[in-house]
Amino acid sequence: MQLPPALCARLAAGPGAAEPLPVERDPAAGAAPFHFVARPVRFPREHQFFEDGDVQRHLYLQDVIMQVADVPEKPRVPAFACQVAGCCQVFDALDDYEHHYHTLHGNVCSFCKRAFPSGHLLDAHILEWHDSLFQILSERQDMYQCLVEGCTEKFKTSRDRKDHMVRMHLYPADFRFDKPKKSRSPASAEAPGDSGERSEGEAMEICSEPVAASPAPAGERRICRHRIPSTICFGQGAARGFKSNKKKTKQC
Amino acid sequence: MWSRRQGRLRPTVWSAGVYGGSEPRVLGCALRKARREQQLVSKRLLRDDAPEEAGEGCVAAILGETEVQQFLRQAQQGTEEKEREGALVSLRRGLQHPETQQTFIRLEGSMRTLVGLLTSNQALLQLEAARCLHELSHSEQSTVAEACLPATSYLLTYLSGHSSDFIELCLYTLGNLIVESEAVRRQLLPQGIVPALAACIQSPHVAVLEALGYALSQLLQAEEAPEKIIPSILASTLPQHMLQMLQPGPKLNPGVAVEFAWCLHYIICSQVSNPLLIGHGALSTLGLLLLDLAGAVQKTEDAGLELLACPVLRCLSNLLTEAAVETVGGQMQLRDERVVAALFILLQFFFQKQPSLLPEGLWLLNNLTANSPSFCTSLLSLDLIEPLLQLLPVSNVVSVMVLTVLCNIAEKGPAYCQRLWPGPLLPALLHTLAFSDTEVVGQSLELLHLLFLYQPEAVQVFLQQSGLQALERHQEEAQLQDRVYALQQTALQG
Repeated sequence: MQLPPALCARLAAGPGAAEPLPVERDPAAGAAPFHFVARPVRFPREHQFFEDGDVQRHLYLQDVIMQVADVPEKPRVPAFACQVAGCCQVFDALDDYEHHYHTLHGNVCSFCKRAFPSGHLLDAHILEWHDSLFQILSERQDMYQCLVEGCTEKFKTSRDRKDHMVRMHLYPADFRFDKPKKSRSPASAEAPGDSGERSEGEAMEICSEPVAASPAPAGERRICRHRIPSTICFGQGAARGFKSNKKKTKQC
Repeated sequence: MWSRRQGRLRPTVWSAGVYGGSEPRVLGCALRKARREQQLVSKRLLRDDAPEEAGEGCVAAILGETEVQQFLRQAQQGTEEKEREGALVSLRRGLQHPETQQTFIRLEGSMRTLVGLLTSNQALLQLEAARCLHELSHSEQSTVAEACLPATSYLLTYLSGHSSDFIELCLYTLGNLIVESEAVRRQLLPQGIVPALAACIQSPHVAVLEALGYALSQLLQAEEAPEKIIPSILASTLPQHMLQMLQPGPKLNPGVAVEFAWCLHYIICSQVSNPLLIGHGALSTLGLLLLDLAGAVQKTEDAGLELLACPVLRCLSNLLTEAAVETVGGQMQLRDERVVAALFILLQFFFQKQPSLLPEGLWLLNNLTANSPSFCTSLLSLDLIEPLLQLLPVSNVVSVMVLTVLCNIAEKGPAYCQRLWPGPLLPALLHTLAFSDTEVVGQSLELLHLLFLYQPEAVQVFLQQSGLQALERHQEEAQLQDRVYALQQTALQG
């Protein structure tokens, strides 16, 4: 198939349109027995017209034909240790370290050292476990926010919230990141895992001061911290929660 | 971690019951059959290609019940982290086999244990557990996919984390599960998969985006997608982000673009709310991408561009049928005759590399020219009639479409037909009249009629070149006879 040489130049040049030639239709054009009508055609999902292209797509997915993108090798580096105090993991690949860091040190509550998979869950945790203003407000209004991203429902108690998540969102009743706050005495040595479930090797301090649930405004000794403690620094000058994707954690 | 070498996606065949590596042609037949039966299902499997450590077996063996239990117990209760990880690695290798998968899901408490490991705070255990799940997700048995249901809320939760490799793995796993079982989809929707994807699509990691596009494309292919899935996707911020991924420029990543172009295609051809997409600038973005593709095709010998070209052509073609195109200024962008130039460059590329995609390109050409005097004029002024005619011999389907496009031009009146004649058109028509395919001949007759009507001088030449004999051949054919007769009359009277 030979294309006119000027075509590539036309593509490279700027946008523009030809001045259309005048349109002048004769009614005899569509007269029987002729029936041509110029019209755009649409094809629905399962139309056979798409068969060839669909098969190509699936061949690609199954990797039989060439991949579109190049995949680089994972870079290896001289072994290094995690910089976080108390952590002695060693790595020789930045990807491994990234995952370790985000899992164990990324979204960590500064009060009780629990780690969370996302900033969203960490925020909810701090609010509900460590913020006494939250406790006060929750007596009067629905404060327990549904944990499912995109759902704006709020509830009076964490129990109600759990019921909602189970019923409406089909979440498991024992969803690990929605444990009800247990009241603890300072002497309790309960691991921050779940009862009946083995704590996964966390050697982390539990916040031992009881969190005041009673709304005693006067002389409240419980420090009501700002939700994002500015003193938090995992040795990296990092903001909690890695909300900004620009923050690179690969350097150590 | 995942080996990111070229060959990381191992070619395994999962549809139509074909197993093992096959020649592309044979494989193509199997896929074609599967598509006709509407069972075209393909999955992606990420599998570490790293060579095994010394001492470990190279071939993954099928695991029995005792072994599965043992590995699970070791993973859960072992004292050494390396030992626990190793147990999961062994389990994962065993899970490459369907038999082990079945054994695993039948074992009481096995999924519960695996989910416990998946949600543990031990990063590397978590990863290995996720890989085990990923192996399970690749099963062809919907019972295995359904056995993974307890894990889905966690897979979704982890999408808003920050570990890109892990997120990628979760996404591919979700994508595989989605395509396998409606029960899984019925659970994932209320669990908030759409908002989770909408949040995750803001990731800067290319691998995550490609995985997300894959998962989304699987979701969109579901049979119930037009009613149950696409509306909530259109209501989210996903469409805007998808279109962003398709904008040409230095940030365009081909692997990512391919996935989202297919996503868009599944949405658009379901015809749920295309004006919304037009409002988001879909026509403009896709038009520019088409130009970009044509440019890329000229520069590189690389195949693979048709993987992106195909869905882009489909999206544009279907969008052009929407009435909204006229009113929302979409017309503006698509008056740019560079689109026609780009399309022909792509047609030439298909002609050389992938002739099966010619009909799709010609479909767009039809939709561009049908109601547009401007584009018809461009075809004439850019001298594209002759290249178009060169496609006639490819196949009957292609012939019909070429002739249809020519009819689009001719029906606009004498000014257009004057530019079609003299020239190669009449000889080409005499040639197609010799075809036996009724549709090809029928379309040729329509074109002849228009040509005779608007350019009567053509009649004489037609007669001189034995046109009447060419017509006679078809005068017994039921679908053609009326038109043949009418043309014979015109010719004789002319």
